[in-house]
Amino acid sequence: MPMKIGTGEFKERVDKGIHNSFMRGAVAGAQERLRTRRLEAAEELGNWEEWRALGEEIRKHTLENLDYYLWQLSENVAKRGGHVFFAQTAEEANEYIRDVVVKKNAKKIVKSKSMVTEEINLNPVLEAAGCEVIETDLGEYILQIDDHDPPSHIVAPALHKNKEQIRDVFKAKLNYKKTENPEELALHARHTLRQAYLTADVGITGCNFAIAESGSITLVTNEGNADLVTALPKTQITVMGMERIVPTFEEMEVLVSLLTRSAVGQKLTSYITVLTGPRDQGDVDGPEEFHLVIVDNGRSNILGTEFQSVLQCIRCAACVNVCPVYRHIGGHSYGSIYSGPIGAVLSPLLGGYDDYKELPYASTLCAACTEACPVKIPLHELLHKHRQVIVEREGKAPISEKLAMKAFGLGAASSALYKLGSKLAPSAMNPFTVNNRISNGPGPLKAWTEIREFPAPGKERFRDWFHNRQKGDHQS
Amino acid sequence: MKVTLFVTCLVDLFHTNVGKATVELLERLGCEIEFPEAQTCCGQPAYNSGYVKEAKEAMKHMIRTFEHAEYIVTPSGSCATMFKEYPHIFKGDPEWEPRAKALADKTYELTQFIVDVLKIENVGAKLKGRATYHTSCHMTRLLGVKDAPMKLLKNVDGLEFVPLPNSHNCCGFGGTFSVKMGPISEQMVDEKIHHIEEVNADYLIGADCGCLMNIGGRIERQGKPIKVMHIAEVLNSR
Ligand code: SF4
Repeated sequence: MPMKIGTGEFKERVDKGIHNSFMRGAVAGAQERLRTRRLEAAEELGNWEEWRALGEEIRKHTLENLDYYLWQLSENVAKRGGHVFFAQTAEEANEYIRDVVVKKNAKKIVKSKSMVTEEINLNPVLEAAGCEVIETDLGEYILQIDDHDPPSHIVAPALHKNKEQIRDVFKAKLNYKKTENPEELALHARHTLRQAYLTADVGITGCNFAIAESGSITLVTNEGNADLVTALPKTQITVMGMERIVPTFEEMEVLVSLLTRSAVGQKLTSYITVLTGPRDQGDVDGPEEFHLVIVDNGRSNILGTEFQSVLQCIRCAACVNVCPVYRHIGGHSYGSIYSGPIGAVLSPLLGGYDDYKELPYASTLCAACTEACPVKIPLHELLHKHRQVIVEREGKAPISEKLAMKAFGLGAASSALYKLGSKLAPSAMNPFTVNNRISNGPGPLKAWTEIREFPAPGKERFRDWFHNRQKGDHQS
Repeated sequence: MKVTLFVTCLVDLFHTNVGKATVELLERLGCEIEFPEAQTCCGQPAYNSGYVKEAKEAMKHMIRTFEHAEYIVTPSGSCATMFKEYPHIFKGDPEWEPRAKALADKTYELTQFIVDVLKIENVGAKLKGRATYHTSCHMTRLLGVKDAPMKLLKNVDGLEFVPLPNSHNCCGFGGTFSVKMGPISEQMVDEKIHHIEEVNADYLIGADCGCLMNIGGRIERQGKPIKVMHIAEVLNSR
């Protein structure tokens, strides 16, 4: 699976994450900042809940009519002289893009940020075809020069690194001599990247929203790099997940407002670029040739299922920025380029349960994600649905758990059994009880007591107390 | 007013004092308490682990057990939330959906009941010391009960209330999460305790025994001098 990152079992990756104090410091700091800024931006807008409801409605409507809007989009792109390719799989998408690049005899490719090209793992394919591929988003650039360190956050891919670590990467790889001051670092990167834009043959971009009515694509950035990637090279290839589409400019505006506020707490980002097809007569810049690659890669299998709402996602990472689990384990622990709550829902759907079966359980179902999501995806409910599918359809739950839950079902549905079981509990726990505490419990209690004390079941249950009290009342 | 108590399985078996405090408190506020002996568990442990079929058996049993009640009150935000979820879980079931809805509509978390139904904000409690409050996730985010406990705590005589930094972050309980994902849970609860210590609280108060068992069990393991109390116990202190 191309979207897979890292090696080792989930447990080992988590262990590594938990012990990476640099990463945890960086993530906790970023979460505080981004959360506060998002709340302030929402507050400033005023009627945030109405905006969310509108965002949800737009995304739902678009998904219900996805085939129509995709058709409209491709017609309009073609009308403007662009080429559209529907790729069912990652391989098909990669092959198409490689063919375009080879036909153009391209040697140098500049890219702006795109999660879907990470998902299909495009870069190695282009490099194998003899191209130099340069990421121009600063975060992506840092990761690329650091021996292709994978992204750990869907909006800020290098979030797991602090500025000292970035300085060290620059020193080792770019012969950088200055300090860890972010401005100096950015300036250095900009110098290197400027050259790349001017000499690149092909520019590749992602797509925040495609607009069906006009065949345009919208790119939202803070660095302006997408403008250069699309303005300078002769050929432009835009890669989009098939659900990243809106009917008209009007809906695009609503979603961009939700996106920039939710992602970084800004009213608007520094650059919002709308591009329509190749350079027209009279245009001063823009590519001579434009290709739009629409990637399915498992998305149409999600349509029409109980998981459809996950396709409403606009990749703002608000859910990631409030997730208390992500906070402690970091993005790489998820083993997927999609991390955090959205990653825990999406990765098993796109990549299968074999690789991602732990992710739906790596959540307390605290619903912080659901509360933050600007398009009202019920993320914690979808995580719960995954658990249900794993138990009922996939049959992947451990036998011991199945038996325990069967017993639970029987016990909790019968007051007689419950009463008997709860009456026997204190004596069953007797051997493990010291001072009304269990410090080293048996069975499932073991994992609990490795970390915390467990209260021993009382000799008198609440129901016994209540019963005796009522009796006493009656006697008196 | 007649109140039917859903005490929750955790309180019935492990935290009996919370149950006792709930009864005494509500009686003091003029309620008559009834306790249907057939009650078991809301089904959350099985439901949240994905065992919906098994959980539904428990849920049907609870619907039957509480069908006669006028007001169902429970000292747990999380279990109240579970009752409120029943109609959603039985959606489309012609027999059980309406019965689930009837149950959900008359279910209240304890502080919510005191403030919204009894319309009381000062229960006449006294407790000396510095306290902070853990906002449990299901109670605040899903049940939407945020202000009631604050209003009640503010009026406890002698209690100095300090807000808990980062209160929005989960304590790491999450039912089976606490054992399935032990190492992550440990980090989460340790951060929670760090913030409790940061404000020098003598008491950590909460409205959910699951969270309190997690935070309290960890505090106890580390031998820290913080007392963990359920809000029913606080409101019943005199
Ligand atoms: S799931 Fe919602 S909050 Fe998370 S990235 Fe997508 S749109 Fe943003």
